[in-house]
Amino acid sequence: MPSAPPESEEYFDVAVIGAGVVGCAIARRFTLEGARVIVIEKAVDILDGASKGNSGILHTGFDAPVGSLEQRCIAAGYREYLDIKDRLGLSVLKTGALVLAWTEEEEARLEALMEQARANGVDDVERLGVTEIRAWEPGLSDRLRGGFSVPREYIIDPWTAPHSYLLQALENGARLLRRAEVLDGGFDGSAWRLETSRGAVRASTVINAAGLYGDHVDQRLLKASSYAIRPRKGQFVVFDKAASVLLSSILLPVPTATTKGIVVCKTSYGNVLVGPTAEEQESRDAAAVDHETLAALQRRGIEILPGLADFEVTATYAGLRPATADKDYQIKDHPAQRYISVGGIRSTGLSAALGIAHHVFDLYGQFGGRHQPPETPHWPKVSPIAEYQNRGWTEPGNAGVVCHCELVTRREIEEALNGPLAAGSLPGLKRRTRATMGRCQGFYCLGELAEITEGRFERPLATAYDSNS
Amino acid sequence: MTAIPEHAGGPPGACDVAIVGGGPAGLGAALRLKDLGIEAIVLDREAEAGGIPRHCGHYPFGMREFHRILKGPDYARRLVQAAKQAGVAIFTQTSVVALDPGPCLAVTTPDGRAEIRAKRVLLSTGVRERSRAGRLVGGQRPWGVLSTGALQSMVYLKGRRPFERPVIVGSELVSFSAILTCRHAGIRPVAMVEANDRVTAWWFAAGLPRLTGVPLHLNSRVLRVVGDQRVEAVELQDGAGASRLIEADGVIFSGQFLPEATLPRAAGLTIDPGSGGPAVDQYGRCSDPAVFAAGNLLRPVETAGWSWQEGVFAADRIAASLAGQLSERQGAIEMRVHGDAAIKFVLPQRLALPVLPGAMRNLQLRAKRPFHGTLSVRQNGRTLWSGRQSGRPERRILLPLAPIAEKAVPGTIEIDLQEEF
Ligand SMILES: Cc1cc2nc3c(=O)[nH]c(=O)nc-3n(C[C@H](O)[C@H](O)[C@H](O)COP(=O)(O)OP(=O)(O)OC[C@H]3O[C@@H](n4cnc5c(N)ncnc54)[C@H](O)[C@@H]3O)c2cc1C
Ligand SMILES: Cc1cc2nc3c(=O)[nH]c(=O)nc-3n(C[C@H](O)[C@H](O)[C@H](O)COP(=O)(O)OP(=O)(O)OC[C@H]3O[C@@H](n4cnc5c(N)ncnc54)[C@H](O)[C@@H]3O)c2cc1C
Repeated sequence: MPSAPPESEEYFDVAVIGAGVVGCAIARRFTLEGARVIVIEKAVDILDGASKGNSGILHTGFDAPVGSLEQRCIAAGYREYLDIKDRLGLSVLKTGALVLAWTEEEEARLEALMEQARANGVDDVERLGVTEIRAWEPGLSDRLRGGFSVPREYIIDPWTAPHSYLLQALENGARLLRRAEVLDGGFDGSAWRLETSRGAVRASTVINAAGLYGDHVDQRLLKASSYAIRPRKGQFVVFDKAASVLLSSILLPVPTATTKGIVVCKTSYGNVLVGPTAEEQESRDAAAVDHETLAALQRRGIEILPGLADFEVTATYAGLRPATADKDYQIKDHPAQRYISVGGIRSTGLSAALGIAHHVFDLYGQFGGRHQPPETPHWPKVSPIAEYQNRGWTEPGNAGVVCHCELVTRREIEEALNGPLAAGSLPGLKRRTRATMGRCQGFYCLGELAEITEGRFERPLATAYDSNS
Repeated sequence: MTAIPEHAGGPPGACDVAIVGGGPAGLGAALRLKDLGIEAIVLDREAEAGGIPRHCGHYPFGMREFHRILKGPDYARRLVQAAKQAGVAIFTQTSVVALDPGPCLAVTTPDGRAEIRAKRVLLSTGVRERSRAGRLVGGQRPWGVLSTGALQSMVYLKGRRPFERPVIVGSELVSFSAILTCRHAGIRPVAMVEANDRVTAWWFAAGLPRLTGVPLHLNSRVLRVVGDQRVEAVELQDGAGASRLIEADGVIFSGQFLPEATLPRAAGLTIDPGSGGPAVDQYGRCSDPAVFAAGNLLRPVETAGWSWQEGVFAADRIAASLAGQLSERQGAIEMRVHGDAAIKFVLPQRLALPVLPGAMRNLQLRAKRPFHGTLSVRQNGRTLWSGRQSGRPERRILLPLAPIAEKAVPGTIEIDLQEEF
């Protein structure tokens, strides 16, 4: 059930607008530093914006612009993720990546990219010839011309990470307000009063982590924004899990100015993913796929890994990057208004979130607030959902498997429907458990799920009917 | 409906025959094995055995098995009852998660993991329908996009309906099953959409008065599902490339069946890309001869009665195999479909010589598209069999196996089609 609106008297040190991966990481950081935090999210569930569909790669930042804020945040975020993952029960699949050149032109750019990687502190990149690469990745097409390895690019689970950041914040005292859109607000010289669709929220500092709506929220609260979001869509096709025997590394193309290009990699859930595209669009909400693009991605996947031709596409999706005209993140502090805008976290936010949170807390330090960090913070563990983790179905008392393709148990589903971060929708339940995400896309389990989730979602999956009517 | 495990204590660690999947094929096999005095256990991941017919709340099921016409759920109950009465041990809520060499099955139950060693394994895990994703249909991801199977389980098992005015994509038998399911729940489909110029299950549809009132759109392809939270419309494109919107609150992607072949595929058994199921010989043996397959896992798609019959035959062959009567002594033949191939697959994919009595009686073929012509079965330039045939997608084509097997020698057999236009 969605959380109740806060008492009108209640007063927070920090209001974080937006529960994407960035807002979740910021809420965690500030809570662990002792601030009283409220997270305000307009959707029925968290991770409903840019963070709902990405590639799930924990980037080293090897190809980020040298000296950029993005590069620093990725490096810091990457380190902290690996530091805390075991305590929070987060996954990592240490695949490493290969940057592959398919044309002469691309081959010519490999050296410069390796230079850039070294300048970014990623100094273990290694130039590889076709034979070496194909010995390592025998499934690759023989049209390959060369490449280099980036051994510390990894695969992580894009959903448990933010859930667990926010859960840790909540278990240490933060509040979450869902279905609450920030509409307006005012700063009286010492504190903010935010008008949301579920009432007013008072806080001394506001952090705008509204992702695809970052500029809108700036405009609502500051009456101006220093950046304009230009949504850039990325579509994906996902191949059946059985295809995962075809590769071991993350297969990256040589990036261009606007995109990292079409990646082929495993997912945390054991599938093979091909994507994303990079398509500018107006809509900040509609992450639609289209047939031609999906078919082109499928063909591209087969060009790179010919063996994919024998496997079914089992899922398709699209995500929207909160891009701007600028290359770098748009993180702007406004000390006079005790306001920080965390915008334009376009294509590396999953990797950088923890680093961004530190950076934002440093900026906040200049606002002069002092907090007492909790002495013994809680470290809750979320249920593991990555394929390579020990999941619920392996344990006694799991109450039986409901989603057969993804082996999601009734106990896990019940857990995801309860607690401070209870799923508010079927997509939310998917992100917590993987239910219906598999090769059958709900063929076997939707009936059961309609029953289990009855009364839990704002929009029910199905309604009872009178068969005599 | 919470399940009471039918056998307290969970499945045994070892058995003679382990049957994975308690649908018509698996239950047919179990009962027959019991009759032959061989101990078999049935493992099914659902809370109830019975397979797909459990949620096909309509006729006609049961002619072969019970010599009467039953609705799916009654038929499924009877199959389960017959097996239980004969003393077959059925373990429900038991998902087989891996097939390891041995053969050894890795399973999970509400009590966690377990292992079952078996002398022989029968895989009878059935089929599912191809999802929206597998068809690369565009649009956002609103709620209301389902397969027939999911709709049926909501309607017949849970008494719920997910929408009121869906579009049905496909015109196979199962698409008509979707119409019947809708009618049962007071759902009114607004369109049936078929990419070809003719209803796939035309022989069936011909008997229905004007498709029970659902407007039919031939030569039409679903481009896009429209809607954000809920389905609002479906965009169709016709043969001439023109597109139009049909308002609807749901979409049923029906048919385009795919064998549920995850286990044999992950186990590294040979999979036939044409059928999507494990490649078998004329005894239904997979590339691991201790593993057999029967029912719709073998191919998309046959009726429940056919699948049941395959299960019964599989039981006889498993018995023969346990008695050491199926060994390959004189080599093997690979079956190959030749040329541009209007033919999608041939089953069995392999012949183990000699072809003993008790083998499959027919080669089963399927067409990708309509054809007329002469089918010939050739080896080393010799014609083993030939005959005039016509075919349509999703219709059974059977060629007699005995005359072919009689003349065949180890090597490859080619199946060729001379089309007449
Ligand atoms: C195709 C694609 C592939 C990617 N691949 C990777 C990858 O492999 N590795 C990686 O590190 N990164 C990747 N990314 C980038 C990463 O997904 C993003 O950087 C990240 O999700 C941005 O998160 P965010 O929190 O800034 O924004 P969002 O996730 O959009 O969060 C903002 C939240 O604010 C809420 N909100 C908006 N307006 C309001 C309001 N007025 N009131 C209240 N709430 C509001 C929204 O509902 C939303 O939940 C990829 C992105 C895409 C699109
Ligand atoms: C939606 C739909 C509608 C249909 N309608 C009709 C119809 O009207 N008439 C008709 O004749 N045919 C119909 N069919 C065809 C149907 O496949 C057959 O009727 C029949 O069910 C095939 O029997 P089977 O035993 O091969 O497989 P199924 O009946 O599919 O049985 C397979 C069993 O295996 C179990 N299983 C699968 N994987 C595992 C695992 N890993 N571990 C444990 N258990 C597992 C499943 O739970 C299931 O019980 C329909 C099929 C579908 C999908």
